[in-house]
Order: sequence, then C-alpha cells, then structure tokens
Amino acid sequence: MSDLLALEDVHVSYGPFHALRGVGLTVGEGEIVSLLGGNASGKSTTMKAILGLTRVRAGVVRLAGEDVTHRSTAHRVRAGISSVPEARRVFPEMTVDENLRAGAYTRRDRAGVADDLDRMRELFPRLAERRRQQAGTLSGGEQQMLAVARALMSRPRLVCMDEPTMGLAPRLVDQVLDEIARLNRELGVAVLLVEQQAELALSIASRGYVLATGQIALRGTAAELLDDPRIHEAYLGKAVPA
Amino acid sequence: MLDTLVAGLLRGNVYALGAVGISLVFGVMNVVNFAQFSFFGLGAMLAWFFVAQEGLPFWLALPLVLVVCAGLGLLVNVAVVRPLARFLPLAAMLSTYAVSQILDNASQLAFTAQFRVFPKVLPTSNLHVGSMRFGTSDLVMLGVTATVMLGMSAFLRYGKVGQAIRATAQDQEAALQVGIPVGLVQHLSFVIASALGGLAGVFVSLYVGVANPTSGLTTGMTAFVAAALGGLGSLVGAVVGGFVLGIVEAFGISLAGDTARQIIVFAVLVVVLVVRPGGLLGKVPLIATEPLTGTFLGKGRPLRVPRWVWPAAFVLGGIVVPFVADDYVLTTGTQVLVYAVIAAGFTVTAGQAGVVALGQAGPIAIGAYTSALLTLHLHVSFWVALPVAGLVAAVIASILSSPVWGVKGHYVSIATLGVGTAIVAVIQLVLPQGIYGIPVPTWAGTPLSTPRAYYLVDAGVLALTLLVTWRLRASHLGKVISSVGSDEVAALASGVRVRDYKALAFAVSAFFAGIGGSLLAHQYTYIDPTIFTMLMSLLVVTIVIMGGVSLPYGAVVGSLVLIGAMELLRFTPELRIIAYGLVLILVVRFRPGGILVRTA
Ligand SMILES: Nc1ncnc2c1ncn2[C@@H]1O[C@H](COP(=O)(O)OP(=O)(O)OP(=O)(O)O)[C@@H](O)[C@H]1O
Ligand SMILES: [Mg+2]
Repeated sequence: MSDLLALEDVHVSYGPFHALRGVGLTVGEGEIVSLLGGNASGKSTTMKAILGLTRVRAGVVRLAGEDVTHRSTAHRVRAGISSVPEARRVFPEMTVDENLRAGAYTRRDRAGVADDLDRMRELFPRLAERRRQQAGTLSGGEQQMLAVARALMSRPRLVCMDEPTMGLAPRLVDQVLDEIARLNRELGVAVLLVEQQAELALSIASRGYVLATGQIALRGTAAELLDDPRIHEAYLGKAVPA
Repeated sequence: MLDTLVAGLLRGNVYALGAVGISLVFGVMNVVNFAQFSFFGLGAMLAWFFVAQEGLPFWLALPLVLVVCAGLGLLVNVAVVRPLARFLPLAAMLSTYAVSQILDNASQLAFTAQFRVFPKVLPTSNLHVGSMRFGTSDLVMLGVTATVMLGMSAFLRYGKVGQAIRATAQDQEAALQVGIPVGLVQHLSFVIASALGGLAGVFVSLYVGVANPTSGLTTGMTAFVAAALGGLGSLVGAVVGGFVLGIVEAFGISLAGDTARQIIVFAVLVVVLVVRPGGLLGKVPLIATEPLTGTFLGKGRPLRVPRWVWPAAFVLGGIVVPFVADDYVLTTGTQVLVYAVIAAGFTVTAGQAGVVALGQAGPIAIGAYTSALLTLHLHVSFWVALPVAGLVAAVIASILSSPVWGVKGHYVSIATLGVGTAIVAVIQLVLPQGIYGIPVPTWAGTPLSTPRAYYLVDAGVLALTLLVTWRLRASHLGKVISSVGSDEVAALASGVRVRDYKALAFAVSAFFAGIGGSLLAHQYTYIDPTIFTMLMSLLVVTIVIMGGVSLPYGAVVGSLVLIGAMELLRFTPELRIIAYGLVLILVVRFRPGGILVRTA
C-alpha cells in the first residue's frame, strides 16, 4: 500500500534543543490517525515538519511518494496537505467568507472554489449564517469550524489538525470530533489528528502514535492503544521507545 | 482659516501616503521601516532629475520615479530587512535607519546636497473659491491620492493578493499554513510602500517648489508619526493619522510659527499614545507580545573575560594611552569615552529594563545646555555643573517620559523617540542660535584645555560610570529592574511595579546621558540644537547593541568600534554613516547578542 504521508526518521532541532529525534509515521489514504503525547512531547513540531514550517535537520517527509522535505509550504498545500493550526488561528479581522477564500489561496480554478464555498456553507450551516461576520468575533466553537472549513477549501487529501478540541467545552469537543469523523466519511479526506486527550482521539481514529520527548514511544491500532497500560506511562515521559 | 485647512489637507495627503507605506510594511513584517523616509527625498530628486534635467514630461517622469523607488524598496527588503527580521525585528528596524542614511547619502552624491527648484509642471494658484486661492496642481494631488487610496483599499479588500497581504498581517503563521507565499507578500508590500513614498516625495516638491536629497527626513518623520498615531499596521488609521497631523500641523504653524512644527507633531503623538496606547485605530497591544523589549535578553552568555583584562584595560586606557598618544588620537579618545559613558548608562534601560528608548539625544542635550548655562551665566564651577547636568537631565527626561511607561512594545520606542525629539525641538525654539564660549574646566586654577586633560577627565568619569552601573546590576534594585526586563508578565504577577522600575531605569540612563552631554559641551565649547539629532540617539542604541545590550563594559567596546575606529580610519561623515549601517547589519547577522555575547 502506498502511504499518503510518510515521515522517515525525521529530526528537528531548535538551536541546541533536539525536539524530534527520529520520528517515523505514516497516514494512509482516507484514514484517521491520531498523534498523541503529553505537553512538549513534540506533537506540534511534528506537524510543523510535515507542513514545512520548520527546518528538518535529517530524515524525509514524503507526500504520496514525492519527497517534499525541502519544498515550501505552499507547494505542499498544492500537493494536498492542509492544516488546522494550534489554537484555531483564523484571520481575526477578515470575514468568514474571506477566511474560507484564503484557504483556497493556492487554487487557480475559480469555479471550483465557488463550488467548494457553497459546499462548506452546506456542511457548516453556522458559518453560512455568519458569512460577513469578522472571524475574530465568532465564538470559540465557530472559530474551530471555520478553521476546519478553511483547511478543506484547498481540496486536501490530508488535513493535519493540531489539538482542534483545545479550550472547547466538553459538549463541543464531542461535536467537533463527530464532525471530523463525518468529513472523513463523506469527503474521504485523511486526517492526522494531534491530541492530548488520547481516549477521545482514539475513539474516531483507526490507528495512533504516542510521542514522548521527541520519539515515537508507542504505536498501534486504536483498540490496541486504548488497552495498553503503557500509554499512561508514555504520558508521564517514562516509557522507553518501542 | 479655510486656507489653513486646505494647506493642512495638502500636507496631510502627503503624510497619509507615506504613513500607509509604513503601516503596510509594519503589518506584514512587524518592522518599523525608517528607510521609507528616504523614498520621499529620493522621489523628489528623481522627479526633479527626470523633469528638469532630462526634460521628460511630468506624466512620464512620475511612473518612472515610482518604478525606481519600487525597485529600490525591493532591494532594501531582500538585502537587509528580511534577513534581519528573522533574527531580531529591532535590529531590522535600526538597520532600516542605516539604510535610509545610505540612500540619502547616495542621493547626495548623485544629485549634490543643493536645494533644486522644482519645475512648475501644473499651475499652483489659478483657481479660487471665494477669497481662497489654489491651483490645478493641488487638485491633481488630492485627486491622485484619493484614487490611490481607493484603489488600495479595493485591492486589499477584494483582490486575491490583497487578501493575502491582509492575512499575512493578521497572522503570519496561519497565512503560511494556507499556502500563502509570505516572503513574496512581504516583498510586494515593500514595493508598494516604496512607490507610495516616492509619490509622496514628488507631491511634497510640487507643493513646496523645491527638492533636496535630505528633504525626506522631516516629511518621513511626520509620516511615521502619522502611522503610529493611527495605529501601526492599520491602513485606515494611517490615512486618518496623516490627515489629522497635516491639519493640526497647519493650524499650529499658523498660530506658533514653523519652528513649533516638530513639537506639535510629537506632542500630538505622545498625547495620543498615552490616551490610546495602540494608536487611534490600532488594537491595544497585549502585554504578551513585546516585539522590541526583551528581545536580547536570555539570548546568549557573555564571553568569559579573564580577570587580568580589567586592570590591563585600566592601565592601558587610563595611563598608557594618555601619555603616549598624540593629540589627534586623544581627541578621538575623548569622543569614545563620552559615548561610552552615555552608552554604559543606557545599558540599564536597554539591557536590564528591556526598554529600547530611541530618544537619548534628548537628555544628552539637556545635560549639555544645563552645564553650559550654569557655567556661563551663573559662573558655577564645571565640577558642580557636571553632576547637576546629570540630575537635571534625569529629572526633566523622567518627568517628560513618565506617561510613556504604560505604553507597550514598539510604541515605547516610538514614544521615547518622540519625547527625545520634542526636547531638542523645544531647545531649538528657545535658544535657536546655540551657545558660544562655554568655559573649559579648570583644576586647581589651571585650565584643562588640552586633549590630554579632557581625556583624563573623561576616563575618570567613565571609570565611575562603570563602577556605578556595575554595582547597580549586582544590587537588589538592579535585580528587580532586570526581572522587569526579562519577564514583564512574571514581574507584574509577583507584585513588581513595572512602570515605576522602567521609569527609574530610564532616569539612571538619562543621568549618565546628561553627564555625557555636559562633557561634550565643555569640550566643544560651542553647542547648538543640530548636534543632538536622531542619529545621535540611534548611535547610542547601536553602540549598546554592538557591545552586548546588558553589559556596561560592552558599551566601551561598542564605542571603541563605532566612534574610535571610524574616526581613526578617517572616514568622511557620509562614509561613516554607511559604515555604521554595515557594521550594525554584520553584527546583528553574525552576533545578534553583541560582540561580547556568544549566542547559544
Ligand atoms: N520555536 C521554538 N524554539 C525553541 N524551542 C521550541 C520551539 N517550538 C517548540 N519548542 C520546544 O520543543 C518542544 C516540543 O514542542 P511542541 O510544541 O512540539 O510540543 P507539543 O507536543 O505540541 O506540546 P503541547 O501539547 O503543549 O502543544 C518543547 O520543549 C518546546 O519548548
Ligand atoms: Mg502543541
């Protein structure tokens, strides 16, 4: 099976600090994979490496077989990755519609973009109601929807989401996760879901990886990981790399 | 009345164009771009050159000017701003000032410093409404500006690229993530800003009737204030700020005369920033984003200096040099020492409290004038006048700056720049001619008028300065000030009155600036307001950055390099400014913490 996304032995450093020490993971076409780990374990850094927002010191990032390790973020977006950034960073002083269009920045097909805009309004009726509202004035949950919808506007094959449930009320957390599962089902887009809350993320994922201090400490199917007692140790940073 | 209003609109129109450029670049780069100043002067000179020298029609010359300015703007960003902004936005900002000096001097070399009469391309007083006269020229200027502004806002609102610019300004990282080529957007913003600057420059010359390579500075400064007034990053704010300043200025000048210009401009700025710390239309910056302050702190470790270096430096600088060097070297040495005193004092503000104040020329001037007036008119001894100069500088500068400390981020620097400039402008208003015959110090009846004597006096003062700043750093008070600089939020949370300590640190720095001013006054024996320029203020900041912003002895090294080496290499003033710029760019690029600080 050819993977949509593959990281091979990826190393990232911030100055002298070695943040990722040989991370390997794969995401298949149409799959939901969750990347788990405690604070500062390197989840966001892994996402940045995938998106080309930080320099990869060693290793390879492959997208549908193509080596994109040294390609720009814009190139990767065109090649099919998009992202929902940490802390749902919508463009606060742009309207909902403008935010959605920004998501389609790399696309040249005007008609297709217009279609997708309509589709996002169908998928997220709340956003349709508020299309002319400044994104910064939306509620937290609405901003989260907008960030997800914006990511979908580039017609991605894979969406990377960095803690999309962070700071949301428990009821909204479930709603957002359901939404992600639905988008995956209906649109067939693969999702790499970065999460701290393992049980929640694994409830919609097929597989998962657990990061600890910049290394993959555990990996397996969602069911395996949910049963594995070591997952708790990994969160405490005690686990030995498997 | 109506005439004044129209004059204000015409000025405001120019400021608005310039301010939009400054705000645009600030939005996408988070860098205050002083190089924008040069594009006013450059636009004016280029237009003069194409029209008066080459005989091109105005409608052809104008686009040519815009293209040249746009190209130069791109070059500035590619070569200087973008490489530096990644490391240190503050360094990028200081370098843009160096770039503006380079551009102004290059323009002087190309066009000479003469004032040129700008050809009358359009009639300037052929129309009237009632008793008010104006010309087609004025209408065309307002019309072009209105068109440009409307075009810009439509482009930013509806254009795909315009939206990318806005997205980048609002959240650079999110913009990258949706695939916006942020680097290109930044280049484009520089191109637009520089072309707007050039356009504004052409308008100034059309309006004033003369052009000169350095004429951009006053216009540029005002445009910059307009951008800050409106809220950096807000384009509507820039337009509002430009027109508000233009009109206020026009009425101010008609009431108080042209000399009051700068005072009015900066007074308006400081008042607005105090009332609305983010500018008229800007967002109030959050405490968490301090783009300038604290930039250097924790960035590296000072190099380990072997113990023998201190006595060796003391013996060399204080005993060997004064007795072997010739007068020329000693005269240079006095300059090095005086700037070292000022800069070492400044490390308390910049390095410890983490406030990059850009107006040190203000307290230096206060010290110089206090000392000169005391000795000349009240016949006070130099030895009494010297500390009094420091105290007066500290008190006045602190009182004037006291509203500033609640302001955040870039605005602190801008506001201190405003206060410093306003101080010098007030002095210029009160004592425009300068002071001659300032008495030389005497010691036991002998006048200390030789370069060697000056050198020894300055060396003694420097030794005391270093001692005081060093002891201060080690004291409890010094530690509290440092805590304010390294983590303002934490300091606030633990009950430290951040504002008060910033003000205190600034007072200490102003004291030494005043002392330095006094030393300069008695060595020059002549002072006038043109000595205390923005360049002087930036030189102090540059010296401190060069040596390591939190190291008082780094100030000595910075001063040796920036004052001493430049002088001994016998650089001409123009070359020297270019060299400051290059040295600064190189240091920041390769040793962002300063020469004496190793980056981790
Ligand atoms: N730009 C940076 N410069 C220096 N260190 C960084 C930088 N970004 C992240 N780090 C460090 O790298 C480590 C991993 O950070 P990362 O953001 O990837 O963690 P995370 O797993 O996403 O944590 P969280 O769950 O808190 O978001 C942390 O120790 C962090 O301090
Ligand atoms: Mg994270």
